[in-house]
Amino acid sequence: MPRARPGTSVPSVSSDPRARVSITINGELVEREVSIRMLLSDFLRHELRLTGTHVGCEHGVCGACTVLIDGKAGRSCLTLAVQASGHEVRTIESLAAEDGTLHPIQAAFQDCHALQCGYCTPGMIMNIVGMFESGEPLDLSDEGIRLALSGNLCRCTGYQNIVAAVRKAAESLPAG
Amino acid sequence: MSTRAFGSRIKRTVDPALLRGEGAFVDDIPLANPLHAAFVRSPYARAKIASIDVSAARAHPGVVAVYTGEDIGVLDREMPLLIPHPSMTDARTQRPLAKDDVYYVGQTVVMVVAVDRYTAEDAVALVEVDYDPLPVEVDIEAAVKPGAPLVHATHPGNVAAYFVQVSGKPDETIPQAEHVTKIKVKVERSTAAPMECRAVAAQFDAVTGELTVWDGTQAPISVRGGLASIFGLDEDKVRVIAPNVGGGFGQKVLLFYPDELLVPMAAMQLGRPVKYIEDRRENFIGSSQERTQVHEIELYAKKTGEVIALRDSFLHDTGAFIPYGIAVAQVASTSIAGPYRIPNIWVEFTAVYTPTVPVTPYRGCGRPQSCFAIERAMDQLAEELGLDRLEVRRRNLIRDDQFPWTREGLLFADGLRVSLDSGQYAKALEMVSDRLDIPGFTAHQGKALSEGRYLGLGLGFYVEGTGLGPYEGGHIKVHPITGKVYVNTGLTAQGQGHETVFGQIVADQLGVAVEDVILVEGDTRAFDWGVATFASRAAVVSGNAIYKTALIVRKQIIHAAANMLEASEDDIELRDGAAWIRGTDRHAPLAAIATATNPLRYAFNDAAKAATQFAPASRHDGPPLDEGQHPGLEATDYYSPACATWAYGVHAAILEVDPDLCSVKIHKYVCIHDCGNMINPTIVEGQVMGGIAQGIGGAMYERIEYDPEGNPLNANFVDFLIPYATEVPNVEVLHLETPSPLNPLGVKGVGEAGCIAVGAVIASGIEDALAPLGAGKFRQTPITPSMIHAALVAH
Repeated sequence: MPRARPGTSVPSVSSDPRARVSITINGELVEREVSIRMLLSDFLRHELRLTGTHVGCEHGVCGACTVLIDGKAGRSCLTLAVQASGHEVRTIESLAAEDGTLHPIQAAFQDCHALQCGYCTPGMIMNIVGMFESGEPLDLSDEGIRLALSGNLCRCTGYQNIVAAVRKAAESLPAG
Repeated sequence: MSTRAFGSRIKRTVDPALLRGEGAFVDDIPLANPLHAAFVRSPYARAKIASIDVSAARAHPGVVAVYTGEDIGVLDREMPLLIPHPSMTDARTQRPLAKDDVYYVGQTVVMVVAVDRYTAEDAVALVEVDYDPLPVEVDIEAAVKPGAPLVHATHPGNVAAYFVQVSGKPDETIPQAEHVTKIKVKVERSTAAPMECRAVAAQFDAVTGELTVWDGTQAPISVRGGLASIFGLDEDKVRVIAPNVGGGFGQKVLLFYPDELLVPMAAMQLGRPVKYIEDRRENFIGSSQERTQVHEIELYAKKTGEVIALRDSFLHDTGAFIPYGIAVAQVASTSIAGPYRIPNIWVEFTAVYTPTVPVTPYRGCGRPQSCFAIERAMDQLAEELGLDRLEVRRRNLIRDDQFPWTREGLLFADGLRVSLDSGQYAKALEMVSDRLDIPGFTAHQGKALSEGRYLGLGLGFYVEGTGLGPYEGGHIKVHPITGKVYVNTGLTAQGQGHETVFGQIVADQLGVAVEDVILVEGDTRAFDWGVATFASRAAVVSGNAIYKTALIVRKQIIHAAANMLEASEDDIELRDGAAWIRGTDRHAPLAAIATATNPLRYAFNDAAKAATQFAPASRHDGPPLDEGQHPGLEATDYYSPACATWAYGVHAAILEVDPDLCSVKIHKYVCIHDCGNMINPTIVEGQVMGGIAQGIGGAMYERIEYDPEGNPLNANFVDFLIPYATEVPNVEVLHLETPSPLNPLGVKGVGEAGCIAVGAVIASGIEDALAPLGAGKFRQTPITPSMIHAALVAH
């Protein structure tokens, strides 16, 4: 197999037009110059190395990339980084305490075995956090919780334990 | 031990990191300035490639390299056939990049490497490929007929493999039958759709000559072996790591996908890390799928309902290539008699090439299809003989005292005998009957009907050969500084909780907390003997290997501790991270024992100081290490099963069909499940419930749809319907624990169990519900509202 030749010059950046964005991420103002077509999910993951936000379908259906944009659940795979400029974004990395202590929703997920591979989990949790923090009353019936989760796909758990985790989290959170 | 970890509902130790977003999936691994790959894929199901022009793509700013089949050196070859079998002639596998011909929409033709994925995709659009399209046939029943267009000119009738298996004496027995039931069933194609698509990243270190590959695979050791041999590298210079993997369900065990070879090649050639992160559309058109089979099954019975012989002839769709051999069809054919005695079996299959995405095992691997065939046939037999559906099953189930029930003549996918080793089948059936009050259901159903509601009872019994060989290993080392227990095996996990269940096995034997057992797997540098994670085999094969290893280390600890504490080995007990003289307070912490058994004693910490307070860990003369002695507490052992161990279960549901909306609502769903001794019931239930959700998908929603030209019509999450929380019912899982006599832990596999019976349950339930309307039979899954509508209209 031929190997790289010494001194091979390989480009590092594309010729995309770039723009400056300033986004408040997990409470901290971040300023960067990025390609104008960079997705918010790629910006979070690859520019800021906040890799807890995952990408499952890149067309807004699976919910794995869900983050809070100005407090509301949004798809970071359908949002351009430039669109998020001037806004506040929260990701899964903002939830646990500095010492790693889990947020009540995260703890409930562990208690109820509500995750297996863990890939959909951050998006699922950010969606749930958005609901708890919305101030709106939550319907904690089985149907109500399932409806609330219906923007997020999970291929491992069969959802039942996620429903249980939401209910358990509600016991310790002042929901809506 | 104070409490036994084995069998306990211990919380998963892997969860906090995943919950905090600290998981490390392939695309999360930080690489220095990586390049990104994207592929030109065939837009035709079958075509000749007239020409490829990559000049515009190469000239595009930000593009680093563009590869066609001409540019990939040793990789320009058909990829390996994983499991050869004499039933296949000249088995066809795919080239990493197509040359001359394309065989399905989505096949990789050209690879572009660029500074980012955006640019790489721009360049993909600039590649000009001239195709001469050829006629195709995507329907397997039509594809085997004379005159059908061929996928491979080398394979007349599109026959990839043909195989007959016989158990008992079906020919002699069939004439004695008093009743024959014949039905035809079909299960459609689905896909694993793991939430993380496939991903591979590679980095070549020119200084050390080491190639490191991060691959979201279920089989890192095999991938490593293949990469080393294909690239002509020493195995020691290739490291394959499967980090966190976002679901696999079989799709990630194929080797090789084109990208798994091409990305490492590009990394070596370009001197920069390269990654390929599959997107969802590519997962639908480029990564393996499974399920399409058409069975014609015949049950030969006595008037009592006792089935004395079975004949089944089925077509199996293998897609455009057959890289995994006949595994799926072979599992289906050997599982065809389900939990029933049926001592005489004749089963044949034809594996058929179609110009579609190649087929390899997806969770269930042929079992959902054979379960659907036998269970629908048993329902039909019951109806024809005027017997209750449960009764006809009772009369045929293998009795508890008849185990092991060996189906002589059948060979399972591992080439070993089919011997159902243990179970309480009749009890399982009674449990599900009690739980759903099946005897009272008829009255309930009648009352509902009088109110204009259509309730049905669905039922499905399944068996599952699990824990396939050939072997797995376990390596355990007690760290001489921290006293923590490091465990390795040759597997990798995609959400199954290996670290917790293997930790439980080790914790009991070594008397430590589960959190102090640290599993490192999925890294060829950590341990490189082993096969892979598939076929519901991890707990059985690696679990027992790790258990056997733990017994050796346990012995080492007790031996050293007895020396150190100047006590008899019989008086030593291991608990709470220490060795104790039973009935006293005198003990030595595990860290001190680990330190003391290593003749090199740097006093790094308190454990090392503590170690000096005891008598020597080894009593021998001469040099610090005795002849044949190794330092520390460490062992490796292996487990190699003689044959698969068979788990089983029965599902039943009460559902309601709205004949106006043609919608189905599942009111109750009960699963009785037996996977032998359970290491962690919570994890078992998680596996079962997740499997059932996938089964619901296959039963009612999921169908990979091709048009007659072979174009996939629903290659995205909008059109291919995966169940959300709103489509999956609550499931009640009840356990039986019949130990497997085949392995020391008495365990059976559980990974695939949940999905197997669901299609049969839903079909029988809908059929039962709509019987008063004369809707006829439901013998194809998924059962969509349109199919229900058609059935009602046809009446």
